Amino acid sequence: MATMVELPIDTYAGPVDPDWCPGCGDFGVLKSVKMAAAKVRVAPKDLVVVSGIGCSSNLPGYVHAYGVHSLHGRALAVATGIRLANTSLKVVITGGDGDGYGIGIGHFIHAMRRNLDLTYVVMDNQIYGLTTGQASPTTMKDMRTKSTPRGNVELPVNPIALAIVSGATYVARGFSGEPNHMADLIAGGIEHKGFALIDVFSPCVTYNKLNTYPWFKQRVYKLEDPPGHDPSNVRQAMEKSFEWGDRIPLGVFYKDDQPTYEDSEPAFKQGPLVHQKLGIDNALFQSLVEEFM
Amino acid sequence: MTDVTIGIGGAAGDGLDKTGDTLAKTAARLGLYVYAYNSYQSIIRGGHIWLRVRLGQEKCTSHGDHLHTLIALNQDTIERHAPEVEPGGVLLFNSDKLRCNIPVRENVLIAPLPIGEITKPFGRVEPIMQNTVALGALVFLLGLDFEVTAGVFGDTFGYKGQPVVDRNIGLARAGYDYARERFVPLGCQWTFSHKRRPFVTGNEAFALGAVAAGCKFYSAYPMTPASSILHWLAAHGERCGVVVKQCEDELAVANMAIGAGFAGVRSMCGTSGGGFALMTEAIGQAGMIEAPVVIIEVQRGGPSTGIPTKTEQGDLNQVFGASQGDFPRVIIAPADTRDCFDTVVEAFNLAEKYQLPVIVISDLLVSEHPETIEPDDMRADVPIDRGELVREWNGKNGKYKRFAFTRSGVSPRALPGTADTLYVAGTDEHDEEGILISDVFTNSAVRRKVAEKRMKKLDLALRDLPAPRLEGPADADVTLVGWGSTKGVIQEAVQQLAAAGIRANQLHFKYLLPFHSREAGEILARAKRTICIEANATGQFARHLRAETGYTVHDRILRYDGEPFEPRQITRQVWGILEARPRSLDVTSAEAREIAYHYIRTHLGEKVRPGQIEKADGNGTGESVWQIEIVHRDSGEKRGELRVGVETGSTYSWQPA
Repeated sequence: MATMVELPIDTYAGPVDPDWCPGCGDFGVLKSVKMAAAKVRVAPKDLVVVSGIGCSSNLPGYVHAYGVHSLHGRALAVATGIRLANTSLKVVITGGDGDGYGIGIGHFIHAMRRNLDLTYVVMDNQIYGLTTGQASPTTMKDMRTKSTPRGNVELPVNPIALAIVSGATYVARGFSGEPNHMADLIAGGIEHKGFALIDVFSPCVTYNKLNTYPWFKQRVYKLEDPPGHDPSNVRQAMEKSFEWGDRIPLGVFYKDDQPTYEDSEPAFKQGPLVHQKLGIDNALFQSLVEEFM
Repeated sequence: MTDVTIGIGGAAGDGLDKTGDTLAKTAARLGLYVYAYNSYQSIIRGGHIWLRVRLGQEKCTSHGDHLHTLIALNQDTIERHAPEVEPGGVLLFNSDKLRCNIPVRENVLIAPLPIGEITKPFGRVEPIMQNTVALGALVFLLGLDFEVTAGVFGDTFGYKGQPVVDRNIGLARAGYDYARERFVPLGCQWTFSHKRRPFVTGNEAFALGAVAAGCKFYSAYPMTPASSILHWLAAHGERCGVVVKQCEDELAVANMAIGAGFAGVRSMCGTSGGGFALMTEAIGQAGMIEAPVVIIEVQRGGPSTGIPTKTEQGDLNQVFGASQGDFPRVIIAPADTRDCFDTVVEAFNLAEKYQLPVIVISDLLVSEHPETIEPDDMRADVPIDRGELVREWNGKNGKYKRFAFTRSGVSPRALPGTADTLYVAGTDEHDEEGILISDVFTNSAVRRKVAEKRMKKLDLALRDLPAPRLEGPADADVTLVGWGSTKGVIQEAVQQLAAAGIRANQLHFKYLLPFHSREAGEILARAKRTICIEANATGQFARHLRAETGYTVHDRILRYDGEPFEPRQITRQVWGILEARPRSLDVTSAEAREIAYHYIRTHLGEKVRPGQIEKADGNGTGESVWQIEIVHRDSGEKRGELRVGVETGSTYSWQPA
């Protein structure tokens, strides 16, 4: 990767500007996604960005690539269909915590245990922003929101731990305040063969007055900084995934090389499905009909 | 006799489906037509199964009204079905275990098979092999060719090795010889053409149609009665180049299929009503992002989890109403097994040509019952029309616009991976280029034109679809209207009515959306008397017909007990309607007997059965009741009395003797 010349980031400039609130963490993620694409030199025509619904799920519309802005919670399922139909495409899924860890959590777990070659970037702002500030699956306990006026009584989902136990083979966390670091994490995810989760702290400046830029800046540190962290060590990764409070880790928690779902699919031996001839050889078809006689 | 129905009844696990299959394949290889229906009768104790196999010199289009031959694998089957065996027919059973304890009709051959004695030379024989012996006897009684049966055994059990094949053939031969020495064959007058025909179900025809049409992706979540599409494709996917994905839920099923359709492969998914309910939001998505996808909805008895192993046509409102807002969709209801093949091929072409979801609405009856169809009904060389696909874009015509507003409403489609045609397909409302107009760029004029563009596609699609046609005499006294799987049984009812001097014709619908409102309205306006026949409780299609044409059918024949229509049932009800006899919803004596069986199964155990049934005063219940004597199965001694409301069907009391 280091020896390759990066594409200009403008390669991925979308047709319109984002409509996010000024200061939204998602601007940083958008920049990092484009930087990552430039780093791995994926041609816009071979990149598909798939999202669900939410503020952050508007992201595909701001990238020059193919994309589907799908239904709330369904981005991973749509992306799986795209990936299986055409394995020559790079498929990046973007969305929020409500989309991925709330309404879409079933697909999240199952996509990971399949170890499909997908890259999933979750803009985790710990709040429902588009619907004006209700508690989300990652909202911290006791936090007051429009839907939890007496404080949130539920525990937040731990996406990093969940991803490790669910079979994801690349599990990382970024922060919108660190776009270059995040771009490296996303690029690493795209280049990783298998399911990559990059959970990103992407503060909602309008509705989350607790988990703000300063709140994160005081707490985050990078796993790769000394004394370092061994991402191949699953136990250590799990331990790190529970670190929350005064110190919160960023970086690659876990990475493992395992066969992907695509490796196990015999139909792909003839290349991507989309390029295969339609229909069926007559002799084969007749032998199938013969089974019923 | 050139039209014979064999009933095989027994418990789940008795292996009767294999027996039925061997019989069906024997007949089919001899060139006869076969139609089978497997009914899971709740009225027979212990979750028993009732399989009917109809053999005909001519094509059979339903399981018919008759019962000529009965193979009883348990005592229940004898009690319940032996009285139905028609004169000239035969009752076969293992006389080591079972006995004929109730009266049968005149001139019915009672053929006890002492399985122990017959199989003595074979040493210890597993209980399931009694079927094989009975099958051998049946092959003799029906005048079929034993060598053909032996060939079927070879093909069926070949993978288990020659000793297993030989043992099956030997046991069947012993049954055959036993019958030949003691019984006179039924009066079957077959002419064997030896033309081999495939014996398939609708679901198998869907799967074969899909591979012929170039389906590359199939997703599903297990759900009866759609699962056999998944099973066939999973078993054959590797050879046919189809990726088959079992998903975590139907939300994933539909969204994956849509993702694959967006990416450019022909994709399909299948489910039943409950799973379809979960897919609905995604189906609206396919309409909005104009992604082609084929969805098979195999109806079973509803509502909710309903009666999973029973048939019904109750999901019509659901497929019409699936998902919010207006978007174009095509809905097709195949009429029979061979039509399942053609329907899927057509569905893929329509989905790609018009870039929309195509819903194929089938039901348990057409999807699960096997029948013989002609060998060339299923072919590899089917028409494939992928619609307007952009392979490359040279920019001469300006910028590529995925949702370009065109006169036809169809916008040429480019697939991901194509240079210079990049776009984002959004489920939010969007403009020609795909840019969202749901938020900052809200624009009512653009919204109006894009909504019109999408819906216009249906006007064009309607022109591709054949209009409904009236079958039979134009000046008939009564027109029987139906849709989907009832085509064959209504056809037989029309023939029965003609034989009884009633001139009837048939108007059957396969294409439900878009709908030929004008053509249908014209035909109906000329009809003298119309009766809509459908397997649901509220007449969903009759209501659709009224919405589309303004025409209200005169009468309806509805069935919603989970069993498929039978020709004679339709004929009798048509007769009743023509004679202005009001249809009673009271419990008949036959139904009272079934309700008694249900009470016995749930409360009284295995030792009793219903005996005499008579109507009596309700004595404080506010309605008349059926008084049903419950007797000991073997001795016939009275054990008590059950009272069932004639109007409500309520089981009021059980009074032990």
